Amino acid sequence: MCLAIPGRVLEIFADRGLRMGRADFGGTVRKVCLEHLPEAGIGDYVLVHVGFALSKVDPEEAERTYRFLEDLDQLGELQAPEAEP
Amino acid sequence: MKYLDEYRDGRVAAKIVAEIRRVTTRPWTLMEVCGGQTHSIVKHGIDRLLPAELELVHGPGCPVCVTPLEQIDKAHAIARTPGVIFTSFGDMLRVPGSQTDLLRLKSAGADVRIVYAPLDAVRIAQDNPGREVVFFAIGFETTAPANALAVTRARALGVDNFSMLVSHVLVPPAITAILQTPGNRVQGFLGPGHVCTVMGYREYEAIARHYRVPIVVTGFEPVDLLDGVLRTVRQLEAGEASIDNQYSRVVDRDGNAGAQRLIWSAFEVCDRKWRGVGTIPKSGLRLRYELHDYDAERRFEVGALETREPAECISGQILRGLKKPHDCPAFGTRCTPASPLGATMVSAEGACAAYYAYGRHREAAAP
Repeated sequence: MCLAIPGRVLEIFADRGLRMGRADFGGTVRKVCLEHLPEAGIGDYVLVHVGFALSKVDPEEAERTYRFLEDLDQLGELQAPEAEP
Repeated sequence: MKYLDEYRDGRVAAKIVAEIRRVTTRPWTLMEVCGGQTHSIVKHGIDRLLPAELELVHGPGCPVCVTPLEQIDKAHAIARTPGVIFTSFGDMLRVPGSQTDLLRLKSAGADVRIVYAPLDAVRIAQDNPGREVVFFAIGFETTAPANALAVTRARALGVDNFSMLVSHVLVPPAITAILQTPGNRVQGFLGPGHVCTVMGYREYEAIARHYRVPIVVTGFEPVDLLDGVLRTVRQLEAGEASIDNQYSRVVDRDGNAGAQRLIWSAFEVCDRKWRGVGTIPKSGLRLRYELHDYDAERRFEVGALETREPAECISGQILRGLKKPHDCPAFGTRCTPASPLGATMVSAEGACAAYYAYGRHREAAAP
């Protein structure tokens, strides 16, 4: 029910005073309300739930989390107790 | 798809699993709050990748499941009213009330329509000025802004033939209710990522402090969920109890202030009954007084409804993490998604329905 997916903003327009747009979700393009995400511009990824953009995806945070997890095994090795000689 | 595929990477998931195994030294019980997380965990078998010491129990975060029977019966009574176009998210259509469900009413001739966005229901009302259009407004904080937008938009545009049947629920009071349940087993929470995109996580800081329980705001993909488990276990092993944000690519501490203002322009907090659980104080939203004209419960006289719920169902204990689907003798036999006995089997995000969908009822029956 709380499913929300990231889509890339393709277009922004006004619909009788409401900031609306179209976003691309992996090839499917849908209308999205951007009224409460004024910082989102064309080309940005936004998280959309039932046609409403909730949040902008922060590319730096996404990269940081992912890199950290990718490097986990190296960290694990660093933290592992040293083998007895 | 960008920002989805990389969080489904099995190679990264395996690294996190190895790290979870390395840091876990004692048994811990964790609860994922959101039904979308439950579904993803069962679908990807994430609970089975974890060391035996860790148990995941499934939380109450499925709004379709917890919508009280009274509201569902009211929806059915309104949908039956001549001249009404009843609009709803698709998830609600198969949910059984005391007598029927929306899909059956539709095949019997009622005008029931699925909408993707609540604003689409307002559009249907504009396109059908001679008809009453009712939208079934359910959901958690994630859905509240979109539903609030629909009703405030209807008022702004003067769409008087639009109304909403509201049955909104809030996450923090449910977490508190779980922590106050006698026999509570939950020691740490994977917090509801999408709820927090709207609300931020300030509300959860007080809960973590007061109940000394770690809460890690977590996303929905396998890598997110495993990372959420790892961060929660690290806190538990270290004796810490604070808020952590695994889902920082879309969640910050304050949430979306504009979306919150929109919610409070349309709704106010009320006590709410949760199907299977009972009434939780201040756990729901209803329309504000100024918007009473758009309240379907006031517009339609549905009369006294007598609700019937099977006594055998243990969904109330499942929703609070006290029991799991396999603890129920009816699971997968007398209770299936096609013929559900109660809350956790009625939606794909309910724990029982997720277990059933991914074949776990067959394992239960196997010797």
